[in-house]
Parts: sequence; C-alpha cells; structure tokens
Amino acid sequence: MLARFLKDEGVEYIYGYPGGAALHIYDALFRQDDVKHILVRHEQAATHMADGYARASGKPGVVLVTSGPGATNAVTGIATAYMDSIPMVVLCGQVASHLIGEDAFQETDIVGVTRPIVKHSFSIRHPSDIPTVLKKAFYIASSGRPGPVVVDIPKDMTAPTERYEYVYPRKVKLRSYNPVSRGHTGQIRKAVELIMSARRPVIFAGGGVITGRASEALTALAHRLNIPVITSLMGLGAFPQNDPQSLGWPGMHGSYESNMAMHNSDLVLGVGVRFDDRVTNNVTRFCPDARIVHIDVDPSSISKTVHADVPIVGAADNVLNEMLNQIGQRTEAQEPLDEWWETINAWREERRGKLYEPAAAGEPLKPQQVVEAVHRVTHGDAYVVTDVGQHQMFAAQYYKFNQPNRWISSSGLGTMGFGLPAAMGIKLNYPDEHVVLFTGEGSFQMMMQELSTCKQFGIPVKIVNLNNASLGMVRQWQDLNYKSRHAHSYMESLPDFEKLIEAYGFKAITVRTPEELEPALEEAFRSKDELVFLDIHVDPREHVYPMQVPQGAMCDMLLSKTERT
Amino acid sequence: MRHIISMLLENEPGALSRVIGLFSQRNFNIETLNVAPTEDPTMSRLTVTTNGDERIIEQITKHLNRLIDVIKLVDLTEGAHIERELMLVKVKAQGSARDEVKRTADIFRAQIVDVTPSIYTVQITGDANKMDAFLQAVTPLGVLEVARTGVSGIARGDKVLSI
Repeated sequence: MLARFLKDEGVEYIYGYPGGAALHIYDALFRQDDVKHILVRHEQAATHMADGYARASGKPGVVLVTSGPGATNAVTGIATAYMDSIPMVVLCGQVASHLIGEDAFQETDIVGVTRPIVKHSFSIRHPSDIPTVLKKAFYIASSGRPGPVVVDIPKDMTAPTERYEYVYPRKVKLRSYNPVSRGHTGQIRKAVELIMSARRPVIFAGGGVITGRASEALTALAHRLNIPVITSLMGLGAFPQNDPQSLGWPGMHGSYESNMAMHNSDLVLGVGVRFDDRVTNNVTRFCPDARIVHIDVDPSSISKTVHADVPIVGAADNVLNEMLNQIGQRTEAQEPLDEWWETINAWREERRGKLYEPAAAGEPLKPQQVVEAVHRVTHGDAYVVTDVGQHQMFAAQYYKFNQPNRWISSSGLGTMGFGLPAAMGIKLNYPDEHVVLFTGEGSFQMMMQELSTCKQFGIPVKIVNLNNASLGMVRQWQDLNYKSRHAHSYMESLPDFEKLIEAYGFKAITVRTPEELEPALEEAFRSKDELVFLDIHVDPREHVYPMQVPQGAMCDMLLSKTERT
Repeated sequence: MRHIISMLLENEPGALSRVIGLFSQRNFNIETLNVAPTEDPTMSRLTVTTNGDERIIEQITKHLNRLIDVIKLVDLTEGAHIERELMLVKVKAQGSARDEVKRTADIFRAQIVDVTPSIYTVQITGDANKMDAFLQAVTPLGVLEVARTGVSGIARGDKVLSI
C-alpha cells in the first residue's frame, strides 16, 4: 500500500536504510520497480539527499528509515530541512503497536523527539489510514511555508498478511490547515504607496521567493521600479546576480554595498525573508531610517525580530503580481532614485578590486580565487552545494547565481556534513548538469562514508575540497575574539585524500599552487560522468571579509584584517 | 500583561504536547492550563493563561495558529469575557477554626463538600483573584492541600469560538 502510494504520488527516488521495523516496507519496495531506493551509509545522509533534491526541484524529498537509531540518525537532517523550510517526508519504521511504550528493542518515541523540528508529524494507527495520512503528509510538507513531516509507522501497520482496499486519495482536506495565497489588497495598496514615495528603497528577497517560484515577478517588479535588490543567503539566485540592480547578499559576511544600502535605506521591501540575526546584526540598530514592508506566507515570520510597518501575509508570487498590477494603474509618478543609485555606485566603487589579493606564483592559493575559477570553468550555471564554514561563505561571495534553485546550502542550521549527500541527491535527479560541492576537510570528514553510495549508484559529483588543514571559521573567530588561541580548530592527522578517494575507485587531484589550478579544474570538469575530488590546499590564514562587528549595526564591518568602516 | 488564550484543538494523541512544547521551545510561559473535550468529541478546548507584552502575545498566537492541530483560537482578554476557575482546598477545621472556615466559605459563596472531624474540604469557583483572596483568608487557619483547575473562559455576548 505504501509502495503503491509513493508511485501514485510520483515519487521516483527514496533515500534510506533498512532495519527490523521497516522490513515489511523494504520487502514491498523490492517487489516493484517504479520507486527506486538509494541505500545510503548513514541515515543522516538520506535526509540530506532528499533535502538537496527538494531544494533543487521544489518537490518534497522522501526518506525511509527504521525505528530507534535509524530514526534518531535522521534528526539532524530533519532539523536542517526545518530551519530552511524545505519540503521533506520522513517515513520512520516503529516497533509494533503492542510494544510501544515498553522500551522494546530499537524503540524511540521519534514523534516526540522530532516535535520541535517538524512542520507536523503523524503516527499510523490503522493500516487502512496509510494512503490518506501519507497524502496529508505530502500536502503539508509542500504547501504554505514548506517543511519536514515525519510519519511514524509501527511494524504491524505494514504486515503483508493483511490486505486492504487501496484508493489513491487525489485530494485531502484539513480543517485546521489552510495556507493563505492571496495577500490583502488594502495592505498591498499601502505598501505600494510607501514604495513609490521612498527615496532610498531596497528589495530584500529571501528563500520564500525561490520556494514560492516568484523570481520572475520579483525581477519584473525590481526592473519596473529600478529598485536595488539584495537577496538573503537562502535567496541567492532569486534575482540574477549579473543584473546591475543586484547588490549581492547582506549580513555577517555580506557584501559592503548591500549592508551599506540596507542600513541607509528609507524603505525595505522584505519578500519571503525572516530577518534573522545573521542579517540584522544588533536588531535595535537595524535600519534606523527604514519603514519595513514584509511579505511572507507564514504570519509568524512577520514582526518576529523586526517590526513590520506594513505586514502582508500571502504567497510571494501572488502578492508581487498584485503589486505590479496596482502600480500599472497608478497615475502619480515614483520618486526619482538617481541620487540613491549614485550613492550605491559610490559604495561599489569604494571596494572594487579590494576584496582579496589573489596568490602570486608559488604562493598558497586563496580560497576566493578557487571559487572564481570554478565559476569560470562551469560558466556560472552549475548546481553549487556547500558544507558549512569559510568555504561556504567564499562560495556564496564569489560564485554568482543567475537562476533560482542553484545555490544549495544549509543556511539556517549550519549543518556540517550536509554538502556531499545533498550534492548526490541533486546529481542523481539531474544527471546532465554539473553539480559542484564546495567543502572543507572538516565538513567533508563528517559524511565521507557516502563516497561508497556514490560508487554503488554511480553518482558523479565534483568535489572541491578547500583544504586549509583547520576549521577555518572557528579559527577566524579565535583569531578575532580569543587572541588566536586555536582551541581544537585545527585538523591534525588528516588522511591522504588522494589515497582515500582512490580507495573508492574515484579520481583525485591535488592542487597546491596557482599554476596547477586551471589545468586541474579543466580536467575535473571535462566530463559530467566522472566523480572527481579536488584536494585544493589553500592559505589557512585567510579570513572571510567583510565581517560585521558584533552588536553593531549592519554597516559596522571589518573589511579586511586592517580596515573597518 | 496577563492574557487568556483559548483554542479549539484536534482531539488527537500528541496534540496537547505540541501546544505545551511550543511554549517551552519558544521561551513563552504558561501560568495555567486547562483542557477537556467539547460538545464535538473530535475537538478539545484548551485554555492557557500567559504573560507577555503585545509583541510576545502576537508571537504566541501566531505560532499556535501555525500548529496543524490548532483549529481556531481567540485571545479572550481582547474583549469582554467570563473567566472561571474551580479550586478544592483542604483546610484544618478544629475548635474555633471550624466555625471560622465555615463563615469564610459563606462569605466567598464557597461550599464545603467533604467533612471529617478535623478537616473541611471547600469547593470554590470564580476568577483567579477570588481564588487568591480566599486562600489568603484561610491560610492563617491552616491550609493542607490545594487543587486548582486553571482558568477556563468564554467571550461575553454573541461571539462564539466554533468551526
């Protein structure tokens, strides 16, 4: 019944790991060919694979794990998806109903464990409920503000000896769950008034624009009004970065011009963003002159950290199109923005060419120049996946995204180890595309067992290991805040990555100098069908800049080791 | 400020723990909590009293509304409402105190619902202030045990919380 449902729901791949309580389900999967199961080497990887696929496709990823340790291993991946509002359905085996509560072998109350990190969860209480409950799970996971849904399935619910009539439920209704789509027309009118009369407006677009497939509407609105566009880290690609109106992304390590522009703006139009602490810096000093218009599908995101002057609850696409519509009907002209653009362009000029110093011949490579080189060799249209740390920030700063769904990174939870399995989930579903993982030797070692999964299922991702032999971001904070006392931020006894990768039968290339970089990248990206691991040794002393000063406003930044605003 | 938030909840296992979990997870506080099925057995009515400024109460109601199991909710303190609590108190009742407990109960329109040679069990209903006042009055006489239901409430007039 479960396998038939997955097929009818259009699920092509599920990611998982078998175990006692899930064996009836695995047996059913074995006896059909429509839904393909990818066997990972650790359940956390299954959730990240599903997550990567969901971020790239917008459709829910599906995970299948067994009870107890199988389910608890999935917890980090569920939390990762929850923080970034990623649609995911996690099917967990559970001990048989009559054993629940008796501390049976491999029993965990996974619904209880995951309660704060799921959008919703279900326990199956009768086998005949399976299709309806699963339909609800898929519907909840992928509608409104998406998120992970856990379905707990006691073993006796899938007993093959029992037979029930199966009907695929085309639609489900939940009386207590009706996500809004249309925004309030009156509120939209108020917002349009403010936007048209603003002298220094900015658009601040987030992941909600990507999830809500509103990039087109956003781009149209921005072009129509000539307003500068800043995207959050989650929103990278929501607005093309090669567009002159794009200022990049703001926050802790955001671009100088985006932080300056947002801080000095008189109006922020937030779309599908949550104004989190990595963007606002000290929230009491956030955008002192700005009125805030905030569009979000989730009312609880509005006025959570930053008070919204005009809150609009609704789907981004719908609200932005209604704005365009109302703007088209207006007769009053918009305030001219020439002066504002002059100021912004001056900020841009101030930092041009000063971002970092590329390595001279024979010197250790700078991580930034590696990212720029990968951008060149992939023509800027690869799926770019990252782990967490300095390499993640460098990738976000120096790879330029012109399309949505191409930047795949654990932004909210910051999960090291996310990258490799997420990249695999994407490559599996988009075999004709380049999928690049930027990682570091710290993050990579958290999930490197998945190379074995790559081997079994032939998943040829490209892995760019920015190897600085230290936990770079931790080290950077220790340099800045702890007088360079590097407590446990360095990785002694690193493996010989070449040998390690070769042990799995893949190609590895080690790069140590600037001269070796381009040829190695050319070789690695020549084909889309070969897994290549690039172990690129980079300067361990490099810091990520700009960097906001703790407790300051958005415009308070360190710009390099010696400069600050 | 103190708020009374009352909601209709799916009568499902785990629904209550989602509501309570939300409060601890988001660092909101619960002063009292009261929950029981309604005339429709598929729904429970849950009432919490909580404290917080406007911003916090707004966040609480928004996050509660986001829970799939919460069908509808109302902040009763926003309008005219009736608020009731029921309390059972065991008070020492020996010698001259025996009459004093009885007199105090009468003043508060409370009832004595169980009697032993040395103890009166008093039942009292009303709002939280009345409960507190009664407790204050009988504390010098010797309070042995207190059981309070927590606040339940309903809006005055035509307003109805239903689906």
